[in-house]
Amino acid sequence: MKLTGAEILIRCLKEQGVDTIFGYPGGTVLDIYDALYRDGTLRHVLTAHEQGAAHAADGYARATGKTGVCLATSGPGATNLVTGIATAYMDSVPLVAITGNVTVANLGRDSFQEVDIAGITMPITKHNYIVKDVKELADTIREAFYIAGSGRKGPVLIDIPKNLQTELCEYEEKAPAAYVPKGVSADKLTEVAQAIAKSRRPLIIAGGGCIRADASANLLAFAKKIQAPVCSTLMGLGSYPASDEQFLGLVGMHGTDAAAKSFRRADTIIACGMRFSDRVAGDRVKFRAGKTIIQFDIDTAEIDKNVPTDLSVMADVNEILKTLVPLLEQADRKEWLKEVTAYRDYEAGNFDSTLPAYKILSALGKFTDADTPVATDVGQHQMWTAQYCKFEKPRTFLSSGGLGTMGYGMGAAIGACIGTGRKTVLVTGDGCFHMNLNEMSTAVKEGLPLVILLMNNSVLGMVRQWQTLFYGKRYSQTMLDKNTDFVKLAEAFGAKGMTIAGEKDVLPVLTAAFKEADNGPVLVDCKIGMDDKVLPMIAPGKSFDDIMTKV
Amino acid sequence: MEKYTITALVANKSGVLTRVSGLFARRGFNIESLCVCATEDKHLSRMTIVLGGDEYILSQMTKQLDKLIDVKKIALAEEADSIYRELLLMKVSAPAEKRSEIIEIKEIYKAKIVDLSPETLILEITGEPSKLDAFVKVVEPYGILELARTGTIALARGEKCLNDLVDYNESI
Repeated sequence: MKLTGAEILIRCLKEQGVDTIFGYPGGTVLDIYDALYRDGTLRHVLTAHEQGAAHAADGYARATGKTGVCLATSGPGATNLVTGIATAYMDSVPLVAITGNVTVANLGRDSFQEVDIAGITMPITKHNYIVKDVKELADTIREAFYIAGSGRKGPVLIDIPKNLQTELCEYEEKAPAAYVPKGVSADKLTEVAQAIAKSRRPLIIAGGGCIRADASANLLAFAKKIQAPVCSTLMGLGSYPASDEQFLGLVGMHGTDAAAKSFRRADTIIACGMRFSDRVAGDRVKFRAGKTIIQFDIDTAEIDKNVPTDLSVMADVNEILKTLVPLLEQADRKEWLKEVTAYRDYEAGNFDSTLPAYKILSALGKFTDADTPVATDVGQHQMWTAQYCKFEKPRTFLSSGGLGTMGYGMGAAIGACIGTGRKTVLVTGDGCFHMNLNEMSTAVKEGLPLVILLMNNSVLGMVRQWQTLFYGKRYSQTMLDKNTDFVKLAEAFGAKGMTIAGEKDVLPVLTAAFKEADNGPVLVDCKIGMDDKVLPMIAPGKSFDDIMTKV
Repeated sequence: MEKYTITALVANKSGVLTRVSGLFARRGFNIESLCVCATEDKHLSRMTIVLGGDEYILSQMTKQLDKLIDVKKIALAEEADSIYRELLLMKVSAPAEKRSEIIEIKEIYKAKIVDLSPETLILEITGEPSKLDAFVKVVEPYGILELARTGTIALARGEKCLNDLVDYNESI
């Protein structure tokens, strides 16, 4: 059957099970949009800006585990995707970004809206393509989806020049190539099993790999078998149930005091699908001193990259744990678990204001269930969400960990809400919200059940915190005092606006907001104090010994 | 700083060189030479990369390189079991009174004269990079006007071929 390139693209997306695309039309994707229109079976979500489309596809992917798809025109449309693609790359999110480009004959001539997006995104994609022959289009799309969703997942970009979209080519439907992670043979794990058995005080650190590999069930079985406490990186939150008695919470720069104390006492660190980022490891030399480091990761290049390991296994972390758990004897580490449990008696400190964010975030659990996606932006509110919201299931905490993209949350929440069909929460700050608030229009248009908790302190809180601690309280450009009326703003977009001005408002306003969200987005302007800190904190490059619990 | 020679088979597509060189640049790897050429298979090109660094940089570079989709096979060409070669062309100032001395040096190094003009000549030499370095040093006093080197290429001795190796990630 002969089809145009644009029709082949739509067919191939459907082959891959794509149901939703986030995008924005333009000159060089007109034929693709025409094919979408004529096909009529794919849901296209029109965002306000291509960056929002990329973040939405990312949020969709993180929340559902499927590969997210975004679509943009050439030139500025394509460059607007860049931050979203980089965000997905740093957090290993499966994403396929499709861009149009000028005709092959016009490439390289600085044509109108021409940009070398394949060149631009080379360092921030797992792989990318510019297709110059329509005969290669179908297989390129199939390969792109396979690459995005296999091994260490990540974004792939396909640039399709305009003339290919109208050229005819023979098309034959193909079933998508299934990705089956390679199994791990038991003999590869003998040494690891011995080291764990020998360890007196093992500590498991779960990372984003546990979520991408769907390893939660085996992670729980592993922790129970070896009776070790578990802490999580930001990306790993949700991979291990927060309510479990062995869970110590977040580890690293803003990790819990219990995680830091347990880390110091641990003799063996078992890193599951985490990469010892600087935000976790801090001082890389002190980090490993006197400890046996065992690392499980699917990406060979992550082994020994940041922290040298004593033992490592390179494979899908779920496959590793699946094979490893039966090899281990049921351990008895009552003393060790008792010790770490005692470290958990830590009170939230350093909230001076009358309305600390944690009071709102701790109450959130009354209105959400274990499957509610919670997206964040980046900064203090993000860390407070990581600290005070209890994530029981994978794919429920959506946050830009690696790139730290302010403005990520609005798009991500839209994508997650559409992907899961569930009421979704966005926790954001006034700085971040100002960056991509245009996507409110998207949420309203789509009628999404979205509760936006805007932690409004009139400052760039996290930067201000660093200025307070490390820059002699010289608050250079972090006072926002823009006096945006967020309630009116929400109303202008056609959403509901509410305010939490004091502690007494928390429960009634949240109750109303979650109820009202059945009808569409609700924004809650939460007037929090500007000098509340995210604590504990380990300053950059410092070790777990240098944890600050008070300032 | 150690020197390592890495050989790789990569897809013969546009943009592959940018992928590889971009990777070096953003990870801060120090490349001494990079040689790209066609192979017996029209779908594959061969890269020979000479890297300056230590064991950590070598390990990171090979692992990161191996992650590129277009990099098919990769191996470290160890000195003991590899043949290294490089080609050099050098235009030397050679007035009549100096010419015979240069020809004498050329004989010792088994180089060739491939061009001759009244005031200059072009020398060609093939060999291990260290031999080329030595040759350049000896000719230098006569006045090198221009010089071009191909960068190292390498093949493993014996029956072992790069294309037959298992993927790098499987082997470690």
